[in-house]
Amino acid sequence: MINPILQTTGLSKRFITNEIFEGIDISINDGKSLAIIGGSGQGKSVLLKCIVGLIKPDSGEIFYEGSLLRGKHKQKFMNSFGIVFQGAALFDSLPIWENISFKFKYSKSHSAKERRQLAAEKLDLVGLPRSSLDLYPSELSGGMQKRVGIARAIATKPKNLFFDEPTAGLDPIMANTISTLIREVIQELGSTAITISHDLNSIRKIADDVALLHKGRIEWNGPIKAFEKSTNTNIKEFISPDST
Amino acid sequence: MILRWFFQIGTLFFNFFFSVGNLVVFIAKILTSGFIPPFYLKEVTTQLYKIGYTSLPVVGLTAFFTGGALALQIFEGGSRFNAESVVPSIVAIGMIRELGPVLGGLMVAGRVSAAMAAEIGTMKVTEQLDALTTLSTDPIKYLVFPRIIASIVSLPILVLVGNTIGVMGGLFVGVTRLNFNSNSYLLNTIEYLTFDDFLSSLIKATIFGFIIGVMGCYNGFFSNRGAEGVGRATTAAVVSSSILILASNYFLTELLFKP
Repeated sequence: MINPILQTTGLSKRFITNEIFEGIDISINDGKSLAIIGGSGQGKSVLLKCIVGLIKPDSGEIFYEGSLLRGKHKQKFMNSFGIVFQGAALFDSLPIWENISFKFKYSKSHSAKERRQLAAEKLDLVGLPRSSLDLYPSELSGGMQKRVGIARAIATKPKNLFFDEPTAGLDPIMANTISTLIREVIQELGSTAITISHDLNSIRKIADDVALLHKGRIEWNGPIKAFEKSTNTNIKEFISPDST
Repeated sequence: MILRWFFQIGTLFFNFFFSVGNLVVFIAKILTSGFIPPFYLKEVTTQLYKIGYTSLPVVGLTAFFTGGALALQIFEGGSRFNAESVVPSIVAIGMIRELGPVLGGLMVAGRVSAAMAAEIGTMKVTEQLDALTTLSTDPIKYLVFPRIIASIVSLPILVLVGNTIGVMGGLFVGVTRLNFNSNSYLLNTIEYLTFDDFLSSLIKATIFGFIIGVMGCYNGFFSNRGAEGVGRATTAAVVSSSILILASNYFLTELLFKP
């Protein structure tokens, strides 16, 4: 049996009296791409933030490479991933090249020239012109910002990639382009990926496995092919809302 | 009805103590993480420019007009008991001990504290703070600590410049409107000033700088609910830092000039 690279057991979170999710058990194998889906307000983004250590869960444990995430091991995990936020979360006050190479800005390993070169290479990878290097985030469209967000996430060639609603707010054509780009990036880096989304077309492109988060619980978990054929009412409703 | 009243009072007290506790934890975090490497010196320099240099015109103008108004008031008040000659020394003492640091602090609080809260608050609601964390950069070390250090360093310098301009404002009005001789005005100003006056001004300015930095960053850091939340954080930053400056000014005066 293959040991999962990332695993959560009994993860729970509530905000004051509002329970977000409880007893979340998910696992993902090395090199696989998992999509966590669910309707709006189901706590998908909170779950992702708990996994990456931005929000502290109330209970439950997270294991990375078989060890509990804490101390130095947590630091190792923090350095192992890149994340693309819902609104890209680019730093307004920095030009694009500094956004992409931010991780190396204060390290002595890369000079400013090397960081600029790195940013240019990543821009090539996400299909943006090098003339964007000196622009500021506010000068880019939503789709371009997402691409820069992806470029920043892959700047360190991370072992793990996380995407929070990568196609939210984009038109269908741009959403399709971004989904294809994500798939390509995951394959090229051989990364393990978790994507939060409710965009079915995007999930079909990106994911190997799907987990459905519904009313604070993982209601269904399995490969994408089984997901499409599932008889689960909530999945059916998710796939074709009018047919239920 | 009574229960509801008690509930509201309870909520009010709970929120107050929660905020105070949160603020104390925030300050403790700044003090514990800020002095551990890496240090973002470039950020400190940028903030020194933003907070210190760009506040100079506002602080200078405020001090100049306040010094002038003070000279007119003291001249008019002093004339009631033939003490017009005290104008230079009272303007200097009043500016340096009290009005320079307080008005300088309030002006910088209005400018800088609001800007800090708005900038950090926007970064919070657009997940830029989260992005910093995932890029192995502690937002407190990278954003908060440089701003607080820059405020602490900038304000005494601004106040020192403001004090000088304020005294010059008094001199200008004294010479042009009240028929003082410029040499005797300046001699009178210097004669009655002591080192303690300058020291107290700088101590006050340093503490006000800390208050401005902390309240600006704190309110930005804990803002929420989108644009409305950022707006609220900005207002709260200005109001809380202004009140804290005025309150701490009283206690500092008690402490520094015990009667």
